[in-house]
This record gives sequence, C-alpha cells and structure tokens, in this order.
Amino acid sequence: MDEATVRHVARLARLELTDAEAKRFAADMTRITEYVSALANVNVQGAEMTVHPVAERNQWRQDEPAPGVGREQAVANAPESEQNFFKVPPVIE
Amino acid sequence: MHELLKLDATEVARRVKAGDVTAVAVTRAVLDHARATEGRVGAYLHVNEHALEHAAAIDKGDKSGALAGVPVAIKDNIHVAGQQTSCASRILESFVAPQDATVTARLRAAGAVFVGKTNLDEFAMGSSCENSALKQTRNPFNLAHVPGGSSGGSAACVAARSAYLSLGSDTGGSIRLPASFCGVVGLKPSYGRVSRYGLVAFASSLDQVGPFSRSVRDAALCMNVLSGHDDHDGTSARRPVPDYTAALRSDLKGVKVGVVPGYIEQLPNREVADACTRAIEAMRALGAQVVEVKLPNADHGIAVYYVVASAEASSNLARFDGVRYGLREPAASGIEQYFRTRGAGFGPEVKRRIMLGTYALSAGHWEEFYGRAARVRTLILRDFDRAFEGCDVIVGPCAPFPAFKAGEISDPLSMYLCDVFTIPASLAGLCALSLPIGFDASGLPIGLHVQAPAFAEDSLLSISHALEGALKQQVDRMPKIA
Repeated sequence: MDEATVRHVARLARLELTDAEAKRFAADMTRITEYVSALANVNVQGAEMTVHPVAERNQWRQDEPAPGVGREQAVANAPESEQNFFKVPPVIE
Repeated sequence: MHELLKLDATEVARRVKAGDVTAVAVTRAVLDHARATEGRVGAYLHVNEHALEHAAAIDKGDKSGALAGVPVAIKDNIHVAGQQTSCASRILESFVAPQDATVTARLRAAGAVFVGKTNLDEFAMGSSCENSALKQTRNPFNLAHVPGGSSGGSAACVAARSAYLSLGSDTGGSIRLPASFCGVVGLKPSYGRVSRYGLVAFASSLDQVGPFSRSVRDAALCMNVLSGHDDHDGTSARRPVPDYTAALRSDLKGVKVGVVPGYIEQLPNREVADACTRAIEAMRALGAQVVEVKLPNADHGIAVYYVVASAEASSNLARFDGVRYGLREPAASGIEQYFRTRGAGFGPEVKRRIMLGTYALSAGHWEEFYGRAARVRTLILRDFDRAFEGCDVIVGPCAPFPAFKAGEISDPLSMYLCDVFTIPASLAGLCALSLPIGFDASGLPIGLHVQAPAFAEDSLLSISHALEGALKQQVDRMPKIA
C-alpha cells in the first residue's frame, strides 16, 4: 500500500497523520493486508456472511417516555458548551 | 500481606454477611496493599477515594448481596458513575461517567465496593497493555514482563491481590490472554449473556464484559450477578440465568473433552504444551473422556478478526470528534477540528485499526476484505457447531507462550498473533475462559483455554471447577510482589 492510499484512507477516517505516521502506516498496512489476503484462498461457496454471532432479532418495546440523561449531564463532558448546548466552530462559511 | 487478602471473594462475602469481618476492614486491607504494590505493578489508573465510605455504608446497611463488602476493580472502558472512563486514551482522559454501566449497577446492587479503574491497551486494542497512552502495567509474577492485554490492569490487580474480582472486556481475547499471563481465572461470557450498556464500544459484534477472579467459584458467583437481559442493550439475550455456583461439581464423569490435534503438539513452547498435556491427563483422571475434534477454519481466525474488528472499530470510534466529550484540538472549522482532534487524541495502534477498518470498508475493497471475512466467519461458526456435537468443552493452550518481556514485541502483526487461540471463540460468540494450570521454569503462569457452546457457562464453569480442584497444588502460588 502506497502513501497516497494511506492519505486517502486517512481522509475518509478524518485522521490527521504526520509524514512519519503516513510512512509507517503504509509499511504496516501493506504487511497486514498481505496477511489478510490469504482469505482469498478459502472456499466460501455456500457460506453467507456472518455479521453478528447470534440469531437474536430486533427487540421491541413500547414507545414510552422514561427518565434518561438530562441536558446538564449530557453536556457535562463537553469541551465547550453554552446554556446546555454543545458549542462548535463554524461549520458553514 | 494481610491474612484477609489470601481469601477468595466467595469467602470474603460469606464472612462479611456472617458479621465475622467488616467491609471496611476488607476494603482497608485492599487499599493498603494497593498503596504498597502499585508503584511497581501499576494496575490502576484511578483509585476510588470514596471506597471506604462505600464500604462503611454496606456495614451499616444491607449485607444480603452476593458480593457484600467485596472490593472489585473495573476496567477503565466501563462506566462507574462519577469516576473517569479514560479508555487509557488521551482523547478521553478528562471524561467522567455520568452514570453506571449496567454491569456496574448490578455489582453495586450486590454490595461490591469499587476500588478503582484499571489500565488497558488504548480502547482495548492490544495484547500486552503496552498500548495504554497513560501508564505501563507490569506482570505481578515478573515485573520485567507484560501483564497481557487488553485488560492488563484488571488481570494484574487480581493477581497482585489488590482486588478480589475485576471486570474486563474481551473482543478477541482481552480477558483470557491477560488472565493466562497473570495466573488468574478470566471468563469471556457468551455473546448476549452480559449487558454491554456502559462499555465503550470497540467491535460491537464481538465485545463482551466478563470477570477476572482467583477461583472458578468466584467467577461463577460474579456471573450470577452480571448475567441477564438488559433493556438498554439490544443484543442482550432473553434467556434464563442458571445459578452458576450451584452447578459446580468436583468430578468429570460423563464429560467429553474435545482436543484439536496439532494445537498442543505443534506448539513451539514446550513448557506450555506440557502443562496443557498434564491438565488434559488430570481431566481424564477425573473421569472425562478425551476426544479429537477438528476446527479446520480456525486457522483463518486472526485474518477474519483483524478485518471484522477493525471495520467495526472504525465505525464505533467515529464518535470521538471533539464535539460532545473528550479532547478538542482548536481549529478554524468544524471539519478541521475533527482531523486535528483525532490526530492528536488517538495513539498509533488505534489509528492503525481505524485505518485498516476504513480501508476494509471502502469502495472497491469492501467485498475483497469485509465481505470475504464475514463469509469465512460463517465457516468458523460451523466448525464449532460440528465440534460441539461430539464434546462438552474444547480445551487447549490459551496463549502460545507465557507473558513476554515489555518491549519484546514491537511489530503489530506479531502482536496480533498472540490471540491465535482466543479469537475463534469470539468470532463464534461462544463462552470461554482461561484457567491457571501451572508455571514455566522461570515462574510465569500458564493458562488452559476452555471453550463451551454459547450459553453453556454452567458446564464451562463446572468442568473448569473440577479441574481447578485437581490442580490446586501446582497452581496455588502467590506472586512475589504480593
């Protein structure tokens, strides 16, 4: 995997990488994806995807209000808040 | 060391209930001991300054809970109301949990006393605990060695006698591997058996919370408290919870023990192999029938796991963006803030997994990586279904070697290979535990991996209890640090 691919994936993942990190991850991910590529040789004919280990179905309950985390608690860990709202830098110019 | 620290949780709870000892006395013994040993072991990220008040409240109030007055430690990726949940990451270093996780609330209701929060590989990603961004934890049996990971602090504190029980989380082996390295019992419950509400998610189709303990009966006692349905976790199972302590037995008559040919014979570390062989002989002597079982696709476990777990992690960790909690790196725009916060807040292994997972799910690579891994995962599930038609449990080594030296493994792929024996059970949602079965010549613990079908915790614990009784002489050893 080349550094350009690493930069592309980092953009998708919203990760700022230093040059040294990009270089290191290019080498690491090349080795790891090579190792993982061995799965291409496994015969998976007739095997559905397992995305979840148990056959539990969606669980439903009545849509009734119940106490939850209040607004004050919800913003208690926020880096910045005002009047119980999360405060963020401008998103739209 | 205080005499009380030589007891297990079951005996401590019995004495507290009977009024033979106070919760305050037990808690003080643990805190004093932790103070004396933590400088060298480093299991805790945070010690609860209210533990003694909490213990005093139990002495004055209700002592009927199953864990009345028992000091327990909680991995620092599980919420305890009012205490930090750092996940051993810079990005969450300042986070304070607004409420209890369901497992914590259950322990609290059972009378447990919270001693503190324990160290882990950042976001539970690692096999040695060295990926913690906040602290290095050492193995109580040899301080130059790692405790294993990711729940290294939770394993080390129980081994060092700085807690009677602890909680960890296990995604691919993060309870069982450190249990094996630290010579304690570590159980990963079946997927759905224990609520994950209040556990910081890593890989949601794999994560489970489970106990570390000094005895199998303590693990059973703790599982009685932890297990059961929770409305807050849509994956938690609506199944009855048996009394795990009542199911414990002392012989193995009529039990079929499965062994995978090659797992022990081909192990490069002969001391681990010999310890496993002796344990299997001990099971035979207790009346068990040993049968061969095949898991032809288990060899693909690591490749499947690092695709599936990383894919799920890349999605779960998207929530750490500097908006609602945790670190925020100032930036001119919202988008730039995401990049800078995540770049500064996550450590190298977490970034590597996010990158790998994002790649495996990205356009053009999805079918080749994620799709393929999810299909091979089905083959691994089918292998186990077939194998358990002929046996009650499957046993083998928990780790290919005993605890290695800190700094000894620096290559990420080599580190991933530590989990070769524990990953398949995670992919299949089974229950499994590591049971201490002896030591190598240098005095490092060796663990046996015991795996049972999903929701067969009763037979898993019962069979392990019988073997534990037979091996007691070889296994009962206090680390020097204690």
